[in-house]
Amino acid sequence: MAETARWATEDMILVENLEHSYGNFKAVDGISFSVKKGEIFSFLGPNGAGKSTAINVLITLLALQKGKAVIAGYDVTRDPQQVRESIGIVFQDITLDRDMTVWELLEFHGRLYNMPVEKRRERIDELLKLVQLEAKRDELTKRLSGGMKRRLEIARGLMTRPKVLFLDEPTIGLDPQTRMRMWEYIKGVNREGTTIFLTTHYMDEADQLSDRISIIDNGKIVITGTSWELKNTLGHDLIYLETDNNERALAILENFPAIRDIKPKTKGFTLVVHEDGTKVLPGIIDRLRAAQIEITTINLKKPSMDDVFIFYTGKDIRDEGQAPARARFMQAGRR
Amino acid sequence: MNYGFTTIFWRDMIRFVRFRTMLVASLLQPALWLAFFGIAMASNFDRLMAGIPVPAGAHVVGYLTFMAAGVIAMTTLFTSLFGGIVILFDKNWGLMREILASPMNRNHIIFGIGLSGVAKSFIQAIIIMVFGVLIGAAFFAGDTPVQVIISVLGILAFVGMFALGFLFLSAAIAISMESPEGLQGVITLMTMPIFFASNALYPIDSFPEILKILSIYNPMTLLITGIRYFAIGPDFVALGKHYVFTQADILVSFLGLTAFTVIMFLLAYWRFKNAIVT
Repeated sequence: MAETARWATEDMILVENLEHSYGNFKAVDGISFSVKKGEIFSFLGPNGAGKSTAINVLITLLALQKGKAVIAGYDVTRDPQQVRESIGIVFQDITLDRDMTVWELLEFHGRLYNMPVEKRRERIDELLKLVQLEAKRDELTKRLSGGMKRRLEIARGLMTRPKVLFLDEPTIGLDPQTRMRMWEYIKGVNREGTTIFLTTHYMDEADQLSDRISIIDNGKIVITGTSWELKNTLGHDLIYLETDNNERALAILENFPAIRDIKPKTKGFTLVVHEDGTKVLPGIIDRLRAAQIEITTINLKKPSMDDVFIFYTGKDIRDEGQAPARARFMQAGRR
Repeated sequence: MNYGFTTIFWRDMIRFVRFRTMLVASLLQPALWLAFFGIAMASNFDRLMAGIPVPAGAHVVGYLTFMAAGVIAMTTLFTSLFGGIVILFDKNWGLMREILASPMNRNHIIFGIGLSGVAKSFIQAIIIMVFGVLIGAAFFAGDTPVQVIISVLGILAFVGMFALGFLFLSAAIAISMESPEGLQGVITLMTMPIFFASNALYPIDSFPEILKILSIYNPMTLLITGIRYFAIGPDFVALGKHYVFTQADILVSFLGLTAFTVIMFLLAYWRFKNAIVT
C-alpha cells in the first residue's frame, strides 16, 4: 500500500513486466516503463507491435494477464473503477454512433463522465471550434467525412480533463494543418496538468509532441529516451555513399576512425559516424579517391526519428503507416 | 448515486425516434396482428363457440378480446428480446468501448437499456389497447374512468416487469455474441416456444402434461394472466373455458415475473462484468 502511495505522487503510469497473449501469440512480451506526472510519453512502433494491446490493458478493456499496471496510483486489476475515473481515451478506430448528431455525441460523452451541465456545454462549444465542426453541430455523424469523424473523435477524447489521457494513434488520417492544431491543443491540455500517453507510428508526432519515447517492436520495448537521446544513440550523423566498387570501399572504410557502424544498402551503404559528418566527409572522400574508387552518390544527413526507428527495428515504418483504412479495420477486428 | 442509466436511456430513445421506419413498423405491427389474425380467427372461433352452452350469468368474451391480451404480450416479448440488439451494434461499431472504458457503472448500461425498452413497450401496449377497443375488443367493459386508469396501470406494471426481464436477457445475449445474424438466430429460436407454449392464443388446459407444466411457469403466461385480469376481469368465459382469477393468483403471477426479472438481471450483470470488448 505504501508503495502505491509513492507511485501516486511520482508516476502516473507504472508498468512492470506486462505480458499479454492471444492464444500462443505474445502480443505484449514483458514490457516495463513508467510515465511521470505531467509528461507526454509515446509508444512508437509499427502496426502489430503490441501498442494497442498494451493500451487496452491499461484502460481496463482487456484483463491483465501477467505483470503489473498502476494508473494514477490505482492498480488496473484491483481498482478498475478508479482507473476509469482517472483516465480519458481517444481510440484508434472510429467509434462514433453513426445515428447521433455531432452535438449529441459529445453531450453523451460528457454525461458518461458525469460532467456538470454548464461545463459540458462550454467544453462542447470550445472543442467544436477547435476541430472546426461548428457548422456540423446538428449533422448526423455518418454524414461527416473521414477526417471530420477523426476530428470529432479527438474532440470527444478531450472533453474531460482526466489525470491521464490515452491517445491511440490520435492523428491518423488528418491533414497536416489539423494535425498541427491537434498537437497544440494536446500540449495545452498537458500544460493544464494532464499526463499524456500516446501511441503512434508517425515519427514526427512522437518527435515533436512527446517528452519521452519508447520504441516498441514485436511486443518488446527496444529503447526508451527523449527524442534527443534516441537520436544521439545512433552516433552523430549518417553518410550515405554509392561507389563503383562497394565491396572494396567497405573494406577500406572498415577501420576508418570516426566511423562507428556501416549498414549496407541495396546500391550503396550508410556510415554512422561519431563526429560531425561535415568534418569527417572530406577525409572519407580522400581515402576512397586514393584507392581509386569512384564515388557516384553522396548524401549526408543528421539522424531523424525515422533513422532511429529503422536502426532499432530494422523496419521502415512509412510503408505500414499508410495502410488503407480497410486493412486497419480488419486488423482491429482480428485483435 | 449517479444517474448514468438516464444517459443510456436518452441515447436509445433518440435512436428509437430517429429511425422513422423502425418506429412506424414497431407501432404498426401489433395493430396489424390484431386486425388480420385477430379478426380472422375471431370470426371462426366465435362461430364454433356459438352452440356451446355457457354457465348461467357468466361473462362471455369473444375471441378478439381474448387474444388482444395475447397480442400485447407477444409484442412486448418481441420488442424486448430484440431490445438488446443495440448493444451488439455498439460492440461492433466500437461505441461499447467508449462506454465500458468510462467511469459509468456497467449496471447502468443494463438499466438504461431496460428503461428505454420498457418505455417502448408501454407505448406499444397503449396503442394496442386503444386500437383493440376501436375494432371491438371488449376491454374494460363497464368500467368507470377511474377503474380504467387503475386497470391500465395494472397492465403496464405487468408489461413493464416482463419487458425488463426479457430486456436483461436480451442484453446478456447481445454482449456475449459476435454477429447480428447469430443474435437474430438465437432470439428467433427462443420466441417460438415462449410464445406458443403460453396462453396467448388459446387455453393451455388441454395441452399434454409436459407442455402444460412448461406453459404454467412460462413468464409469458404469467404476463397474460395479469393482462386479462385487468383488461377483462376476474371471472369470464372464453373459448368455452371458465377463467377465474383471485387477487392472490395475480399477486403470485406478478411475483413470478419479478423473480424471473431478478434472475435475468443477475445473468446480465454477470455477462457485463466479464465483458471484453476491444
